[in-house]
Amino acid sequence: MSATIQSEQLSVEHLLGIKELTAADIELIFRTADGFKEVLNRPIKKVPSLRDITVANLFFESSTRTRVSFELAEKRLSADVVNFSSSGSSVSKGETLVDTVNNILAMKVDMVVLRHPDPGAAVFLSRNVGARIVNAGDGTHEHPTQALLDAYSIREKLGKVRGIKVLIVGDVLHSRVALSNIFCLQKLGAEVMLCGPSTLMPRHIDSLGVKVEYDLDKALRWCDVANMLRIQMERQKGDGIANFPSLREYAMRFGLDLQRYERIGKKILIMHPGPINRGVEITSQVADHANSIILDQVENGVAIRMAVLYLLAARIPRSTV
Amino acid sequence: MSSIPLLTSKAFGLTVERLCYQLIEDHGDLEGLALIGLQPRGVLLARRLRTELLRIIGKENLAYGELDITFHRDDFRHRATPPQPSITQLDFMLDERKVVLVDDVLYTGRTIRAGLDALLAFGRPSSVHLLVLIDRRFSRELPIQPDYVGKWVDSIGDQRVTVEWKESDGADQVLLHTANDGSRDTAIPQGTSAGR
Repeated sequence: MSATIQSEQLSVEHLLGIKELTAADIELIFRTADGFKEVLNRPIKKVPSLRDITVANLFFESSTRTRVSFELAEKRLSADVVNFSSSGSSVSKGETLVDTVNNILAMKVDMVVLRHPDPGAAVFLSRNVGARIVNAGDGTHEHPTQALLDAYSIREKLGKVRGIKVLIVGDVLHSRVALSNIFCLQKLGAEVMLCGPSTLMPRHIDSLGVKVEYDLDKALRWCDVANMLRIQMERQKGDGIANFPSLREYAMRFGLDLQRYERIGKKILIMHPGPINRGVEITSQVADHANSIILDQVENGVAIRMAVLYLLAARIPRSTV
Repeated sequence: MSSIPLLTSKAFGLTVERLCYQLIEDHGDLEGLALIGLQPRGVLLARRLRTELLRIIGKENLAYGELDITFHRDDFRHRATPPQPSITQLDFMLDERKVVLVDDVLYTGRTIRAGLDALLAFGRPSSVHLLVLIDRRFSRELPIQPDYVGKWVDSIGDQRVTVEWKESDGADQVLLHTANDGSRDTAIPQGTSAGR
């Protein structure tokens, strides 16, 4: 038996962000995900744990990976699932978020997976409705399950997270993935460096205890893992001024192509949260490289989301009616 | 707190050996048989059985797996904390195989029910038999009975039976723990207990 104290249940009732989790919570999620990863390799990839739980997936913003991943995770836990996306719904008729959710909860829903364009939407909802909330991305704030699956993938490939040097490249300003990753990696004892155009680097970001480097080649030589963020075209137009001159110029300075990768002179893991703008953040040759773990990230996403749903559901009191 | 040995090292060895011969008696050269140990403590018995069986029949290999039943338990959300998974190691399909499910102590029968449920994810065995080292009869909560039994034990609710192994606990033995009356120390030792 190891001497470290292992927690047996999450310290939180909702998964709103990584910031609220303890390192023990994250370790617990990882250990539970190990079990689900094995389940996902069985001929029948389904267990009955959540069969008396109903989950609503509320997506107020477009998503492919995250929505499919959550839905598969829920179904493989035997939960009942309802899907909702804002287009074609009463949201376009002016209904408020709380009203929309309360109407869905009136149909006896236990958990809500929420994707929303506004930062803080998940926290707001958790204070105003009676279901367990899982944040599936709220604006530029947090995307906790993405950070968990990223760290889990690093742990799987390198055997540990503690002491690993992780570089996050690109549009840090608009990235909820970056913020959640910084919190998650630091709680697990990894070192984090950010790299990108200074216009896409939030002010005072170094107060989070991360290194900042503007020369990608230098940054790549430092790291063990490079997480290449997506340029978020839909969030660039905020103040009407372009944050970088052109995609081509961005790709030249902050994109990773095979030449640049081979110049590093050591093996580093390539990650990307998806969807990839091929030829911008990374070229196809790098995306499909042997050291790219982009599809492992997607695979691990289902196991991580199963673990999160399972551990949160364990804290829902059983109805006595 | 007092502990009575139910099986000491010598009797323990004889019992395991007898169980092996019973399996051989019923299943011949063990072709088509699959030995499946239940996590966490049943696998210790299953591993011992596998070693002994291979020694007795002089074969190199035996279809063998270890099954974790955590996600099939019926007490999820009935407990204060969620049960933690162990490792499932089963890399073959069970279709048309004769499965022998192995656990150390049979008590309420709920673990076995979950085990039967978990087995279904690996195909449709032609039969499933249950082998346990200790059967705490008269305490069943479900209609489940073993096919191979090392030893029957008649015990009451607040008694505990623990199986200890040379490999992990230092000695092969089975102990019956009885809590003394409430005025004295009634703490049940943790650690090597089978959690039943």
